[in-house]
Amino acid sequence: MKLPPLLAALAALAGLAGTVLAQPGATTAAAAGPAAVTAPSTAPSTADGIAQYRAMLADGNPAELFEAKGEALWQQVRGPKQAALTQCDLGKGPGVVQGAFVELPRWFADTGRVQDLESRLLSCMAQLQGLDAAQIARTPFGQGEQRNLEALVAWIAAASRGLRFQLPQARAEERQAYALGQRAFFYRGGPYDFACATCHGQAGQRVRLQDLPDLTRNPGDGVGFAAWPAYRVSSGELWTMQRRLNDCFRQQRFPYPGFASEVTVALGVYMGVNARGAESVAPGLKR
Amino acid sequence: MPPLKSWPLLGAAALLLLGCSTPATAPDDAALTARTAQMMVGSFRDEGQAGVNRLQQDAANAACSQAQGALLPAAQAQAIEQAARQSLRWPSDGRFIGDWREGEKLAQNGRGMTWTDKSTAPAANGGSCYNCHQIAPAEISFGTIGPSLARYGRLRGVSDPASPAARAVVEYTWAKLWNAKASNACSAMPRFGHAGLLDEAQLRHLMALLLDPKSPVNQ
Repeated sequence: MKLPPLLAALAALAGLAGTVLAQPGATTAAAAGPAAVTAPSTAPSTADGIAQYRAMLADGNPAELFEAKGEALWQQVRGPKQAALTQCDLGKGPGVVQGAFVELPRWFADTGRVQDLESRLLSCMAQLQGLDAAQIARTPFGQGEQRNLEALVAWIAAASRGLRFQLPQARAEERQAYALGQRAFFYRGGPYDFACATCHGQAGQRVRLQDLPDLTRNPGDGVGFAAWPAYRVSSGELWTMQRRLNDCFRQQRFPYPGFASEVTVALGVYMGVNARGAESVAPGLKR
Repeated sequence: MPPLKSWPLLGAAALLLLGCSTPATAPDDAALTARTAQMMVGSFRDEGQAGVNRLQQDAANAACSQAQGALLPAAQAQAIEQAARQSLRWPSDGRFIGDWREGEKLAQNGRGMTWTDKSTAPAANGGSCYNCHQIAPAEISFGTIGPSLARYGRLRGVSDPASPAARAVVEYTWAKLWNAKASNACSAMPRFGHAGLLDEAQLRHLMALLLDPKSPVNQ
């Protein structure tokens, strides 16, 4: 049984000593194998140990450095048009940053399409500052203007920290994006026949020791869609949702998703609408 | 006009619309299916060994995608399982069991077939087995997407994998590794033999990991 990570961490810190024992996960009804040896009920599970580790990590999030850089970039006069991003409309009006993140992706009148945060930033960087959106989209993660995008995403997400996701579905385009995202989510392909749903289509699963949120519904505050962007300790990098999706597709053995391409935005709509009401903790902290 | 190389995928989408392996769809569903194919083709590009042709779906993947996690109608499931059974290839030399030590290494190895992997040769691939399964009890870092395989051979009464008594279990296990859809139409497990992910020698080592009485799995 999986406890909310914070509760599990508190329980662990409250003095449950002892070794971390293996705990067999839930098996499907069709399982042919036995349950492995189970730990006594008072001993911490593997999940508890990981939660305790995460709680220890959370004291001081390097994402704050990215947020500070992002705030500066928002106001910095740049590009061929020598303009700042301060008039960029993220969905709640030009220059309105607070609350924008938890309503993305959404439809925009000026571009006539549904866009996520990274896509919208590309639009604003092109339209307001004269930067080359296609060039930025082709730039590998962690390089050049992509580093600036990471920082902007971190700061804009932070401005909605604690707010709850409420993506609009008022327009037909937004509803269609949800439907397309759902189709993409269950799309099995590649040499492994994996879909997003293979890992994220039901609750209570994990890959190795990494818990997998069920993204077909709201998996909880600060989990899944509500956990990104995040600083990844294991690679020392700030990962935006675009980067998270990119690496998901890589591990699914799929071909390469274009940066801010339609499938990535549609999946954001699907996950974000499913997460309606979940509290955003972004930018968060990950292993 | 879509790029030339996307025509096969759009053609495949058109076949889906004709309903060769799917139940009748409403006009809205058909339009959404076409839009989905258009989105997939337009959103991905080739990178390393991972080409956009990986988005092409066979009948099993198309049907299981459309089901969106629900069970397929029985007749459809059986047709997929039957086709998968026909794809089974038994070991060319008749040997089913290799070295469990090599099997454990393969089970631990999660590499292969991504766009950052250089080679497509099976020898370069691992089985990624611990990603989804508990296997040898000493390994605590195991996933739960698939059932536990701890004590696999022992629980099935396999004391000698070469004996006639064990034949059915040995063949069932090989079939699972070769093409898991032979016994479960929408199985989440990759089709290691059928898709050329692992070769016979590697599959024999995994068989040994599961069935050799000396394997740590069966202690």
